[in-house]
Amino acid sequence: MSHRDTRQPPTRSPVREFHPRARAALDNPQIRRNFRNAMDGLKDKRRAAFEGMDLEALRELGANIRRNALARLPDLLEQLEKNLIANGVQVHWAEDGEQACRIVRDICVARGAKRVIKGKSMVSEEMELNHYLEEQGIEALESDLGEYLVQMAGETPSHIIMPAIHKNTGEISELMHEKTGTARSDNVEYLTASARRQLREKFMAADVGISGVNFAVAETGTLCLVENEGNGRMTTTVPPCHIAVTGIEKVVPSLEDASALLALLTRSATGQHITTYFNMISAPRQQDELDGPEEVHLVLVDNGRSTIYQDDELLDTLRCIRCGACMNHCPVYTRIGGHAYGTTYPGPIGKILMPHLLGLEETQDFPSASSLCGACGEVCPVKIPIPDLLVRLRRESVDGDHLHPPQVQGHGSKKKPLERLALAARKARCLPDRHRSGSALAPASTGQNGSLDPHPHGPETGQ
Amino acid sequence: MSDPIRIYPAKPDKVYFFGTCLIDLFYPETGMAGIRLLEREGIEIIFPAGQTCCGQPAYTSGYHDEARAVARTQLNLFANDWPIVVPSGSCGGMMRKHYPDLFRGTLHQSRAEAVANRVWELTDFLLNVCHIHLEDLGEPVEVAMHSSCSARREMGAAEAGPALLRQLENVTLRQHARAEECCGFGGTFAVRHPEISAAMVSDKVDAITRAGAPQFVTTDCGCLMNIAGFAEKQERPLAGQHILSFLWERTRSGETDQS
Amino acid sequence: MSAREAILKRLRQRTGGELTAPERDYSVLERPDWSREEKLDRFQQAMESVHGEVHQTTESQWVMRLAEVLYAKGARNLLASRLHPIGQALRQSDHPALPPLLDYSQPITAWQPELFNDVDAAITSTRGAIAETGSLILWPSTDEPRLMSLVPPLQVAVLYANELYTTFQEAMRAQNWSAGMPGNALLISGPSKTADIEQTLAYGVHGPRELVVLVIE
Repeated sequence: MSHRDTRQPPTRSPVREFHPRARAALDNPQIRRNFRNAMDGLKDKRRAAFEGMDLEALRELGANIRRNALARLPDLLEQLEKNLIANGVQVHWAEDGEQACRIVRDICVARGAKRVIKGKSMVSEEMELNHYLEEQGIEALESDLGEYLVQMAGETPSHIIMPAIHKNTGEISELMHEKTGTARSDNVEYLTASARRQLREKFMAADVGISGVNFAVAETGTLCLVENEGNGRMTTTVPPCHIAVTGIEKVVPSLEDASALLALLTRSATGQHITTYFNMISAPRQQDELDGPEEVHLVLVDNGRSTIYQDDELLDTLRCIRCGACMNHCPVYTRIGGHAYGTTYPGPIGKILMPHLLGLEETQDFPSASSLCGACGEVCPVKIPIPDLLVRLRRESVDGDHLHPPQVQGHGSKKKPLERLALAARKARCLPDRHRSGSALAPASTGQNGSLDPHPHGPETGQ
Repeated sequence: MSDPIRIYPAKPDKVYFFGTCLIDLFYPETGMAGIRLLEREGIEIIFPAGQTCCGQPAYTSGYHDEARAVARTQLNLFANDWPIVVPSGSCGGMMRKHYPDLFRGTLHQSRAEAVANRVWELTDFLLNVCHIHLEDLGEPVEVAMHSSCSARREMGAAEAGPALLRQLENVTLRQHARAEECCGFGGTFAVRHPEISAAMVSDKVDAITRAGAPQFVTTDCGCLMNIAGFAEKQERPLAGQHILSFLWERTRSGETDQS
Repeated sequence: MSAREAILKRLRQRTGGELTAPERDYSVLERPDWSREEKLDRFQQAMESVHGEVHQTTESQWVMRLAEVLYAKGARNLLASRLHPIGQALRQSDHPALPPLLDYSQPITAWQPELFNDVDAAITSTRGAIAETGSLILWPSTDEPRLMSLVPPLQVAVLYANELYTTFQEAMRAQNWSAGMPGNALLISGPSKTADIEQTLAYGVHGPRELVVLVIE
């Protein structure tokens, strides 16, 4: 097969090219149409899916479940680990993406594994796992249909739930024809069936299956996967070894918590009351069982999360359950698509998460690329105050608040002497205008000086 | 985000009027219209002379020291217990939602909270506090309504504008596609990301025009400048007006505007 | 320091101080206590809305009904459990329209290509279902291994109408899931599907193309 992962490591940072990429997307009517149609559809479906439910109470529950889990994070992680180990699952911890990649490689090497099949996992994208494994001579093939196509094209996903949303059927047909010899067709069923045949061979031949995790339940030591296709079940059931990778924030206290988040996740993401499969994995194949992986591993990946965790505001970022609703409702994302961002997580969640993973200097156009319209925060199923976090990151970008010392790596990188001057000039200009027309509005009012505080860094602290 | 449910106060005798920069600089007639509408409801307007900017541009740009300095001046303007009405969801949102954040942990925290709790977006105030009844004296006309994102999401006032328009007998309110979507202004956003902003406003103008409305009204001057300015530049047949100006013009009877 | 220790230490020694865990009010997930008929109705509606088939039948009729369905769909064979009463009933049946029955009696590695390529249909039991979302509850076992409900293109499941729960939460509580989970547990709501190509729905992308539920009154 020719469709090995051809993704190259970023030699020049695509993140820094946000503006030209956004412009190119805006100038591409097909991209505009694809995203607009898809996002409109997803928005309508979401609205319909929550009809008849007390959405605000449900969101409050979702937020509280995630807040509760984060408040007890270290304890829950230990409980999860203890229960998984008792169930026969091996648990690994990784400080960063590279360490997580090495852990995966070591498991593969120990098993003599050469072929890896993957279920959808955003954390593995974040780790750039496919590329790493390729370098180690291990084939890593994506099996989610959208991911499979995107990988075949040598691209990255443009949406976290619908990775190939930027492509239309004609392009996909051409791609599959070129890379797999599939006959050209505009029949989606035919193309899907072809992919099924191709991937079934790969599932059977795979030495290891790698998946993500939607919720890790501490109480029972259960890894929950949410999907429609069944490739997640294939990945976690057919190969003799299953490696699940997940961010440390994905742990929840109980199955009931997972079920509540499930109700929010699928409705928010695709407007489904539930996905086809909710797959709960608690143990590897037992002695008397006839299928299922002999080995199950969980790799808990930190990769900056414990740093975000330190700050009372930024912490909210970690509530995310990766539904993508913020993207679907974002007027910016809808117009430029996911690739313009050049990051694993695009859209509003990407704008508040990627600066922590890459630093604010690298992601310097992210915090400002929002009109702060608030649509994302309004639909977020776990009530992440995304617009407030964007403002927070803007503040960090310019070291804008002496009362709250900056926390994020790369802070102050937007602070330019010129910008400071311009701001001062704007303020100065504002004053006389203000007086002139202010008096037009209120002729009776007399000359009280509405001057700006001359001591902007005055003693504001309550200490 | 878990804002407590706001209880509308009884109709007061007096209100503070916070004029906002854009009205001051570009649309003073809108400020006057808001004042006249309130006065007609028997409310005395107190216009604190020292008012300047609410601090929002600095705040959303991340310059919170500067924003705090600007905002602090405003905190001193509203000594009495009267409601503070703002003819803008954007400035209103800054004062109501962000002042408490901005002054948290400072000596001014309690004052900021007290001010924030008294801030009302003006259409919301007219409808739900004044219980205004509008008598339409104008010619039949079709309009579309664009609620600013901050009026909608920070002030929870998206329904007020359309409700007021529906009181006007000769006004047909035209619903446009994705009415809840941002027009692309977003303050500094339009400056830092002009192409994306332009794509957004272009879609907004398309949607309103497609809805068959030759004019639109909005709660916020930022959106007004953005949408009407774009339409004008593109020579699209779409005129815009602040909703307060529109309401006042259609309901004034022989009263002279003294501005 | 190991990664584990370092991560846990950072989380425990949080700069912002200890966090308080808010209460979780699950009452929003509760639904009215639907009657048996209502639950069945809702289950059927939900299942059919995602392309699943629901056939209501009885203890004495279901084998015949199954035979008709399999015949209509042209299934050349049927994978069934050996020990479960469902498998037993099928094996004891002499219904002429039933296709040959297959066993899952050896480890997957021993017959993987046959399972993937030659098995047309499989039938399993369920541990009930959820009316609200139209979801079957499956706990695969030695007798009904994990891949039975995944690999063959036609999935058949037997559901007893009196094992319908209103919500997922009710089912978990009634079956005391928190006391211990099987190696693999599943909610299955319809056949495998994807919308990854231009948002066009296509079924059977990886798992079954069709899902048939036999509801026994």
